[in-house]
Amino acid sequence: MIRSEVLKEIAPIIRDELIVCNIGIPSQELHAIDDQPTNFYMLGTMGLASSIGLGLALAQDKNVIAIDGDGSVLTNLGTLPTIANNAAGNFTLLIVDNGSYGSTGDQPTYAGMKTSLSKVAEACGCENVVECRAEDTGEVLEAALAGDEMTIIVCKCESGNAKMPVITMDPVVIKDRFMKAVQA
Amino acid sequence: MDINKKFADDFAANGVDFITTVPCKQLAGVIEELERRDDIFHIPSNKEDEGMGLCAGAHMGGKRAAIIMQNTALGVTINTLATLIQYYRMPLPMLISYRGELGEPVACQVEMAVHTKGLLAQLNIPTYHFHRPEDVAEFDAILKYTFMCNKPVAILTDATFWGGYDGEGDAK
Repeated sequence: MIRSEVLKEIAPIIRDELIVCNIGIPSQELHAIDDQPTNFYMLGTMGLASSIGLGLALAQDKNVIAIDGDGSVLTNLGTLPTIANNAAGNFTLLIVDNGSYGSTGDQPTYAGMKTSLSKVAEACGCENVVECRAEDTGEVLEAALAGDEMTIIVCKCESGNAKMPVITMDPVVIKDRFMKAVQA
Repeated sequence: MDINKKFADDFAANGVDFITTVPCKQLAGVIEELERRDDIFHIPSNKEDEGMGLCAGAHMGGKRAAIIMQNTALGVTINTLATLIQYYRMPLPMLISYRGELGEPVACQVEMAVHTKGLLAQLNIPTYHFHRPEDVAEFDAILKYTFMCNKPVAILTDATFWGGYDGEGDAK
């Protein structure tokens, strides 16, 4: 399974949850598969999906899922200690780990080599880290949402991208619509 | 007047209750004050762009957020300021220690000090420079201005403002 297939499978599960989605092709894929006002699409700033998601989870009570990538987490590795030491029960970090920088041409990341992001997360103090096969992501995510413990999911999937259009929605419109959904 | 308390009081009075910090010697007293009080949630971050991500999320969750950082870190936040904070029109007070100014004992700090105002000007970020202790009186108005215009706003606080470095004056 590649990322877009994982997103298609979890789309019905995450439809009504607050989503902070990673820059580039992941956001384009989610936008094309199931655009929702509860989706915040990052159009810039690689690496900050998990930080934005944590800030949002700490600021209000609804569930927040940050959909991140292995390359982006590697870019902002300092996020994991912050997440671990400020655990928010309504926060789930879903790292779609395809071992590559998908948006820039599938160059390999270290997460696809010797580096285990689930072990890094555990070493940073994250207490509930689940590494799963792409096929099991939906089930693991449902369990995370049902519980009240913060969960880091590392979904191991294949490298590859679906061809989806660029998001042309204005950033202020994305934010305004998202903030209204947060407050609803 | 206790400057550290004044900053925290003004934050609280303006509804800013989510503050992330990356430490600087000059900001140690403010950070200590934030830790001490229970009307402001303090979340240390490991890098300033990460901290701005936390603030962006808190903003969208309905909070008023701020970052406290050193000017040498401005370089690592340029992309975040342009493509997150400004692009999505988010208010962000940035209380910044302005290292590398008069009284600075560490030569390397000057290397980013000479770029600080230039970078902020290039980004069209409203910038206020606190040089005398009494300049802190404007902080309240600057916070109101920030949340009025939904922009990142920089408050540079230099060594003279803080009363010099260790052994050269009262750090408060």
